Amino acid sequence: MTDRGSARRNIWFELVLNLLGIGLLFFIIVPLAGMLLATSPSDFAQAATDREVLVSIRLTLLCALSATLVAALGGIPLAYLLARKRFPGRSLILAIIDLPIIIPHSAAGIALLTVVGRNSLFGRLFGQGLMGTAAGIAVAMAFVSLPFLINAAREGFSSVPERLERAARTLGASPARTFFTISLPLSWRSILSGMILMWARGISEFGAVIIIAYHPMTTPILIFQRFNDFGLRYARSAAVLLVLISVAIFVLLRYIARPPRPETEGDDCA
Amino acid sequence: MLELRGVDIRLGGFRIESLDLALEENEYFVLLGPSGVGKTVLLEIIAGLHQPTAGRILFAGEEITKQPPERRPFAIVYQDYALFPHLSVEANIGFGPKVQRVPGDEIERRCAELLHLLDITSLKQRRVATLSGGEQQRVALARALAIRPRLLLLDEPLSALDGNIRLRLRNELKRIHEGSNAVFLHVTHDKEEAMALGDRIGVMLGQRVHQVARPHELFHNPSDIEVTRFLNMTNVIAVDSVTDNVCRVGGAEIHAAGAVDSTSHIWIKPEEILLSKLPFDSSARNQFRGTVTGWEPVDRLLMVKMHCGKLQLSSLVTQASFDILGVDRGTELFVTFKSSAVHCF
Repeated sequence: MTDRGSARRNIWFELVLNLLGIGLLFFIIVPLAGMLLATSPSDFAQAATDREVLVSIRLTLLCALSATLVAALGGIPLAYLLARKRFPGRSLILAIIDLPIIIPHSAAGIALLTVVGRNSLFGRLFGQGLMGTAAGIAVAMAFVSLPFLINAAREGFSSVPERLERAARTLGASPARTFFTISLPLSWRSILSGMILMWARGISEFGAVIIIAYHPMTTPILIFQRFNDFGLRYARSAAVLLVLISVAIFVLLRYIARPPRPETEGDDCA
Repeated sequence: MLELRGVDIRLGGFRIESLDLALEENEYFVLLGPSGVGKTVLLEIIAGLHQPTAGRILFAGEEITKQPPERRPFAIVYQDYALFPHLSVEANIGFGPKVQRVPGDEIERRCAELLHLLDITSLKQRRVATLSGGEQQRVALARALAIRPRLLLLDEPLSALDGNIRLRLRNELKRIHEGSNAVFLHVTHDKEEAMALGDRIGVMLGQRVHQVARPHELFHNPSDIEVTRFLNMTNVIAVDSVTDNVCRVGGAEIHAAGAVDSTSHIWIKPEEILLSKLPFDSSARNQFRGTVTGWEPVDRLLMVKMHCGKLQLSSLVTQASFDILGVDRGTELFVTFKSSAVHCF
């Protein structure tokens, strides 16, 4: 085959890659942009001042945030153990952690009833359990979004060379001191990314939440209810508002957790 | 000062059995051996980062086998430096004293002293990612020395560096050791490095330390054939049989003063082999006629390779001797060496 022939084939390959990739990108952008453009400013303004919508958004953000923060207390240690220790059953634990991602979320909600439902241990202790409470919503959100935090944090800890921790130990740092002065500062970006993902995933949760709590209403449920009862136009403005708020938070936190700017080797002007 | 008694190590793919090693006060000890015999793991065991499966480790007469690394007055320097990338040069050096609750002004004093000692004062505020390899290794050394360790563990500290910087840092290691009262335990696969730095050298092959000796002793008196092979000494020859200080070697007879019945190999150092155009009578018991098969430069000398019948011998000569003898491929020359120059194993 001639050089020119293979060069031509390479161009075709590039072209196909680009077409397929960009096509899929449009698949994400078009529906969101369509929803945004279809919402008239007046509908949007109405949603933005609708007390019911605002209360649901606040509830959604806070439930997802508290789910994330509480889960981080156990999730970060678990991620560290999984990154550093080799023990029998480790791969089983890794598989279990991914379970909430693969099971249907309504099924996850049903499963959670055994823990927080009326007839569960919790239920007997606190009357009606966590059904229909903000705490119940947070539990449902945590259950389905936890894998994102654990996996991101685990990858973060794995990317810290173990030798750094070993060097710190020989210099006199206890395991706890080493964790807080070396491992954690070097992986906080990954951990924060994981927390952002978990939060975002919690905000968007519908299936598990609706089983535990129809009321108080989180925004995804409110959007569903309005769509059912009043139709598209009424649901859409609330949806747009939630999407915009989520995206704004997402962008801000991603900016904070961005990787450091690579510095140039040596001094050019020394 | 540090003593390993019957230490067994089973970790990952490494297996070291019943290792005994004793370091003396103030010495620079080099552990020499090929890559992949578990030298790094051994250092980490000494540091307390792994537990030996059996055996005891003693420091200053006290057992420390189960003591955690942060309690041992040892510091480690890795081949890849292992500097903390989120800290400045100064904070890296101050890390050890800081976690050991040394007062702030004392930390500053030590940092300044070490920055000066290692000639890196100008790098004080830099982030470690911006440093060259040589600079990083200096910082790593300073960081380890900042805790005033009684034992400094050096894991191939020069192997990642280029020729010139490597040589400079090697000399500095020697100088720093002389200025400190710490014991240095330096692990390397580089024979020249071991010779240049070690007060004593331990040769680690396979799963054990074959020999511990002063550098010249080691090279003049290797304990066994594996050590000899590893040190890559030319003119190591397998012996067929021995009778009355005469070794039969593939049809030839070599007089060896030290030969005994159990001698299996002999070694003649190339610099102890004389080349001449004509045979001559002398006190040397061994003389063979041979032909030159080739030569190669070694340092500033020439290693001339000879075939003497089935015997292959190499002789180290100067350029002047080489010219006078008119060495060329196929030139016939006589090789001569004393029977006392034949080392027997």
